[in-house]
Amino acid sequence: MDYAVEMLDIRKEFPGIVANDDITLRLKRGEIHALLGENGAGKSTLMGILFGMYQADRGMIKVSGKEVRIGNPNVATKLGIGMVHQHFKLVSTFTVTENIILGSETRKGLVLDVKTASKRIEQLSQRYGLNVDPHAKIEDISVGMQQRVEILKMLYRDAEVLILDEPTAVLTPQEILDLGIIMKNLIGEGKSIILITHKLKEIKANAHRCTVIRRGKTIGTVDVASTSELVMAEMMVGRSVTFKVDKKAASPGEIVLQVDSLSVNNNKKCLALNNFSLEVRAGEIVGIAGVDGNGQSELVEAIAGLRKPESGSVRLKGEEITGLSVRSRIHRGIGHIPEDRQKRGLVLDYTIAENMVLEVYHREPHSKRGILNKAAIKQYAERIIASFDVRSGQGASSIVRSLSGGNQQKAIIGREIELNPDLLIAVQPTRGLDVGSIEYIHRRLVEQRDKGKAVLLISLELDEILNLSDRIAVLNQGERIGVVNASETNENEIGMMMAGVTAEGGGEA
Amino acid sequence: MWTTIVQIMPYAIVFTIPLLITALGALFSERSGIVNIGLEGLMVVGAFAGAFVIFKFQELWPHNVAALWLGLLAAMLVGVLFSLLHAFASINLSANQIISGTAINMIAGAITVFLARNMTGSGNIRITSGFSRYDVPLFSEIPIIGKLLFTGTYDTTWLILLIVAVSTIVLYKTPFGLRLRACGEHPHAAEAAGINVKKMRYMGVMISGAFAGLGGAIIIVTFAGEFTGSVSGLGFLALASLIFGQWKPLGILAATLFFGFASTVANVSQVIPSLAVFPPVILKVFPYVVTLLALIVFSKSSRAPQAAGEPFDSGKR
Repeated sequence: MDYAVEMLDIRKEFPGIVANDDITLRLKRGEIHALLGENGAGKSTLMGILFGMYQADRGMIKVSGKEVRIGNPNVATKLGIGMVHQHFKLVSTFTVTENIILGSETRKGLVLDVKTASKRIEQLSQRYGLNVDPHAKIEDISVGMQQRVEILKMLYRDAEVLILDEPTAVLTPQEILDLGIIMKNLIGEGKSIILITHKLKEIKANAHRCTVIRRGKTIGTVDVASTSELVMAEMMVGRSVTFKVDKKAASPGEIVLQVDSLSVNNNKKCLALNNFSLEVRAGEIVGIAGVDGNGQSELVEAIAGLRKPESGSVRLKGEEITGLSVRSRIHRGIGHIPEDRQKRGLVLDYTIAENMVLEVYHREPHSKRGILNKAAIKQYAERIIASFDVRSGQGASSIVRSLSGGNQQKAIIGREIELNPDLLIAVQPTRGLDVGSIEYIHRRLVEQRDKGKAVLLISLELDEILNLSDRIAVLNQGERIGVVNASETNENEIGMMMAGVTAEGGGEA
Repeated sequence: MWTTIVQIMPYAIVFTIPLLITALGALFSERSGIVNIGLEGLMVVGAFAGAFVIFKFQELWPHNVAALWLGLLAAMLVGVLFSLLHAFASINLSANQIISGTAINMIAGAITVFLARNMTGSGNIRITSGFSRYDVPLFSEIPIIGKLLFTGTYDTTWLILLIVAVSTIVLYKTPFGLRLRACGEHPHAAEAAGINVKKMRYMGVMISGAFAGLGGAIIIVTFAGEFTGSVSGLGFLALASLIFGQWKPLGILAATLFFGFASTVANVSQVIPSLAVFPPVILKVFPYVVTLLALIVFSKSSRAPQAAGEPFDSGKR
């Protein structure tokens, strides 16, 4: 068999944990091979070893049948292995061409030869259907195109094996489809792809084979076409899972959140949300569906108090809160799981304990007369850690930056639910998380609803909206296209509305 | 009015040059990601080294210009050596760059005066002669700009302008410049592209040291003629010019020229009748007030290198 890369019995220990316990992965030439595993299962470590960022303690790596030692990323690049990191490594003030040639510049004498480079980039872009403008500045292009620039960066360096680390985490549904086509083009030209992900749907749609790892061990390699999503999910989690959220019919009570003809500007001072009205009642989950950037962020920020609306009002349990500060809104019962957990959700260099009391540090028992009570804070944090299964190296005193994304998210959700808010705003609560965590978080959100709380869910994942919500409001270009009952609609109808087409009879509900 | 400007301009240019070269050095440092607040100190050691070497060589070969050039070269070398302290602290030890730079400023003032006292007996070092001024042939005959730009010039002025031009090309047109700028904007991206971030940052700081040392020595060989243990805030003015000039070579040229002109106006106001009508204190504070206003106006659109001031930790996510 013709293997592009073989990783045989790779073992890697970090202080305290075995990240990779004799993992074997064989990548055939010209295939898309998914690497599936929960957060912290050891996927990133394994790929880090292949890309030369870590050294394996034991085991063997073969590239095209020859045993190699990959001491650093430059060696990996020379061997034709390229990696698209989850967080892009692009200089935002540089052009696409400058970013791509950085480190292996074309020169004419002593100076840069940008022209030749951009011509070659243009050719590569056309050949693989990437549609990238080599002269555009990174800060001006979409996230999807930035990712294609990362792919071009590898192709420019003649990579034969491409590692994509959770490539769809940051993409819109359309961009995800485009990426699928690009991956097909790539293998059509003889490249091989390792796709790190925990989204089963994407594996099903794109990959040929799938290696599942759990807690550092290889569980098995399966043929994707003949394996169901459910089986793969069970291999990954190690127990049976359900995709359908188990919930009773909602019993909506009083109005908790009332948004009345709200208009909000975005950062560029353009109207991002236009005359938007919505009510959320106690005991129901209202989902907001829409393509990214259609006013969702502005709506959430206006409700949470992070952005001043141009006009309109926000009421909580009948009380006008439009002009109130963030803290007094939290005090009145708004919990907010923000869109970007690293930017708005956590202070990355603080410990878990410190992060858990960000909103309540000034209240007893966390502090008394202006002095923090460390013991009480730690106790409070440990309770959240225990009840939300936040896994970390050193418990409450772990630095949040060292946690995996899924555990960071669980910590935030735990913090917000612990406040027992009357209104919980959950923005993309399961972004970048694995099946096990998603299932868990969904259950907690439904639990909030069943306790008689109002939940406002904003998500770009249509499945999530349809599964969780009782009612769904659809946003398009800052306008409310309609509100429908989740039980009476389907993916197609919502999809049409997201594109701006008003559904029949869906105007009011 | 016009005659006043023509009178002042050559002096303003002379005053601008040390600011310009120092700010340009700082540009390299900050573009690589290291904030260098130690410019003042680096200028002081440059001025000291330059003055001392020139003083010694002028004893050996009086009236030989080579002594001056050797002095400038020595100033650059000492500037580089001194800047290595800042580089080591902020790059290898991940120290706070503001504190490290401040330490450079304090140690420079103390050590140079100490050494000067030990070597010459007084805290000052006077050189017998500096560069002489001349009118550039032909060019000084050009109407208007000839009088403004090409009369009473020093060799060092042309040298520094040449360095500015070359630096602009290096920064924007060569692989070195591209890599340096990448290290200041997104060092992890640079590292992923196989660039040695630490090495590039060392280069940035060392260039800054060399240029600031040169700037300090140019003060000695042009308008000062004597090392006195300080450069009276020019290093900080260079730092302000860097921000005012938005971290761009031509922006720095404009900013330093503005400061040079405004400071010269303040310095000579008492001897020029048309300026003597302004209270001197107004003229003296004028450049600083404008700086404050400019910083407020530009704060929104600041183009500071994004990673400047942040220690590089390759393991940080």
